[in-house]
Amino acid sequence: MSTLFSIVIDGVAYGMVLFTISVGLSVTMGLMRIVNLAHGGFALLGGAFTHWAMTGLGLPFLAAAPLAIAMVMLLSLPMERLLYRPIYKMGELQQVLATIGITFLIIASVNWWLGSTLQSIQLPAFMSGAVNLGLRTLPTQRVYVIIAGLLVICGLYILIERTRFGIKLRAAVDFPGTAACLGIDTSKIFLITFALGAGLAALGGILGAEILPIEAYYPLRYMVLFLTVVAVGGMGSITGSFLAALGLGILDTATRYLLPDFGTVFFYFAMILVLGIRPNGLLGKSLS
Amino acid sequence: MSHTLKTALGVIALIALAAVGYFGLADNLAFMTQVVIMMIFVLSLDYVLGYAGISTLGHAAMFGTGAYAAAIFATSVSSDPILGILAGAVAGGAIALLSGFVLMRAHGLTLLMLSIAVTEVLHELANKYSGITGGADGLSFTPGPILGRFEFDFAGHIAYIYSVCLLLLVFIKLRVLTASPFGLAARGIRESQARMRAIGTPVYWRMLLIYTFGGAFAGVAGALSAQTTALVSLSVYDFQLSAGAVLMLILGGTGQLWGAILGTMVYMTVHQIASSVDPFNWLFIIGAMVLIVVYLVPNGLMALPALLLRWRRK
Amino acid sequence: MTGVGLKVRNLNKAFGGLVVARNITLDLAPGDRKALIGPNGAGKSTFTNLITGIIAPTSGEITLDGRDIRPMSESQRVKAGVAKTFQITTLFKALTVRENLRLPLLERRGWLGRLIRRADSYPEVEMEIDGLLKQFKLTHHAHTPVDRLAYGQQRLVEMAMTLALKPRILILDEPAAGVPSSESPLIMEAIAALPADLSVLIIEHDMNLVFKVAAKIIVLVAGAILMEGTPAEISADARVRDLYLGAHHD
Repeated sequence: MSTLFSIVIDGVAYGMVLFTISVGLSVTMGLMRIVNLAHGGFALLGGAFTHWAMTGLGLPFLAAAPLAIAMVMLLSLPMERLLYRPIYKMGELQQVLATIGITFLIIASVNWWLGSTLQSIQLPAFMSGAVNLGLRTLPTQRVYVIIAGLLVICGLYILIERTRFGIKLRAAVDFPGTAACLGIDTSKIFLITFALGAGLAALGGILGAEILPIEAYYPLRYMVLFLTVVAVGGMGSITGSFLAALGLGILDTATRYLLPDFGTVFFYFAMILVLGIRPNGLLGKSLS
Repeated sequence: MSHTLKTALGVIALIALAAVGYFGLADNLAFMTQVVIMMIFVLSLDYVLGYAGISTLGHAAMFGTGAYAAAIFATSVSSDPILGILAGAVAGGAIALLSGFVLMRAHGLTLLMLSIAVTEVLHELANKYSGITGGADGLSFTPGPILGRFEFDFAGHIAYIYSVCLLLLVFIKLRVLTASPFGLAARGIRESQARMRAIGTPVYWRMLLIYTFGGAFAGVAGALSAQTTALVSLSVYDFQLSAGAVLMLILGGTGQLWGAILGTMVYMTVHQIASSVDPFNWLFIIGAMVLIVVYLVPNGLMALPALLLRWRRK
Repeated sequence: MTGVGLKVRNLNKAFGGLVVARNITLDLAPGDRKALIGPNGAGKSTFTNLITGIIAPTSGEITLDGRDIRPMSESQRVKAGVAKTFQITTLFKALTVRENLRLPLLERRGWLGRLIRRADSYPEVEMEIDGLLKQFKLTHHAHTPVDRLAYGQQRLVEMAMTLALKPRILILDEPAAGVPSSESPLIMEAIAALPADLSVLIIEHDMNLVFKVAAKIIVLVAGAILMEGTPAEISADARVRDLYLGAHHD
């Protein structure tokens, strides 16, 4: 019973981290029809900037994290224009090549700047420790991660369903050709979405630092993990990413608790199973 | 120029290249052997990805299975290296066929992810069943003499020559295979699967066979890697191996055997030099090289001469 | 019931509640030149997809020489003699015209799975390619990658490829769509020169072309056949005229 409780809490927290990092990737991949292997780089940069702001500038966590996210979003703007724009029209393989190249450059930059050691992020006192629920205690950090994840999905829901930007974004994802004809500036939508996705990844990287530790090789190490969430959830689907991240997070956590010998076998089996039955993911549209 | 003549010239060029390496870089034989093995691996990927257009980031599944098969075959059946290579080919082909039943139904991101997943599952299984695979410690073995005569020597001369011979064999085989009707069918599938169906081709089954053949060649590369290092470790299933092969192939140019060879040579050489000059920051150089190629010569280095010619004419 | 040619009887297809083919009955005998016309969304594409096996009918029969072809896959139907050109050219763009023709010729003979001999070393195939190139006036472009050809010529390559399958039933899906009017005589010539014993069904918007090459015209509206008749009968029919000319009143 206590194990089950831990699995659920850890699994959901892990799922929220996966969702926060991957959702931007899913939306940009669905929107621009590209394969992007470099998205984990933004999560790494989020974590690295936070570490630097706290240790180098002496800022408290609550100031360092937003600063880091803003920095990542700012950095993502020229990256979209200069590095990503030229590859939108290229083939899938060229996109794989280019985004691996970008990943390498991010890794090398972080490595050069901060070294290859673990970049720890010291959480403030109110976020560390444990909460006592009376019957049992649970790590406070997990609670904050889950709350943050829920806030992200609520925020995204409002953004997509209730704002003019959301309407345009949905039109651009669902009818890429038509949206441009309707006078929607798709290139601006791409840019804003890309930056938002990068910012969310940075947030996920910071929040998830206890589960997915921040170090230079982060984007390569967890590349497959984030892409799995996108593929299983279905490219371009926010709800799909949420379900996939939560499901895979809980499954992976359960395996670690119950069948540690098997490592990630079940994780990948689940992916093969889902994609074998639903090639476009849980909620993906067919891209024919 | 006739096809056979071109193949013969290609073989001569490869032998010349190998000889230059052998005599010019004799201190680096182990590295050169790795390059040759990687060339076989990337050629096998070119057949699948370049000719037939089957996108994959999981080609290491067949490489690794071939490597383990060769090692297990050597310890439990026969230490003859040639038979070991055949065992690697059969194992690589078998794993491609088995996984291909699911993979060949998918395309795009889904296919990429499924191919990764298959490799990761094999990785975990190899880790879990350490009784057979040696787990994290790896599986070391002693390959016997080649053809009963040539023992693998400590300096790696035999290993290098043996690898070059296998590269030549694979090169010739792929030259024949890609020029055959079946090779034309592969290119047709890459260009348009719908059209291939419309002319009556059972596309799925053809792709399954292509993937199986590609897997067998990858298995050869894996087996060779196991024999020349006398060791198989879990790293044969690394994602980096699959991704690296894709990088080398696109760098050189897909759908032409020389693209695979050139790409492997350039990538591995740059990698070797960059990581020895600056072991911490070599990724800068590799990353920059990859980006420059994508933005300037998206069709790979093989397209460079034509591109330069066009620039000059302007 | 047996008989020579393609026979379609009471063919129906519905996607959920949406009926896209309604009781279609149609015959194509050897040598027939028929055209299928109808407004957008009338179900012309659905009909061809039902015949070629891309989708399965909800009910009804399709027989070729008395043999039920419904259980056959797309590729099996091609082998049985039912072939179709594409509405949008999806040729093997990077391959040359010769290679584009070589593929169906090798496939028809069942040789496309061969692994050793070179693909261009089968004399009977190469001779047949030469013949097709001549017939479609493409000899000069034999070694050009098809994506460098003019659009009209691409459509000719497409027809040549489909003819290379030696079909008995040929469905030409909008053979003139997208072809500039300067090149459309080429298409008409090519259709006129098709083998006499071939059954041809042309799906087309261009009335000019339809009236020139088809002996019988079938009008499809909302998934059902409105009428079948000679070009003269069709052009005299008030309902068809309404459909095409006075479509604005209800």
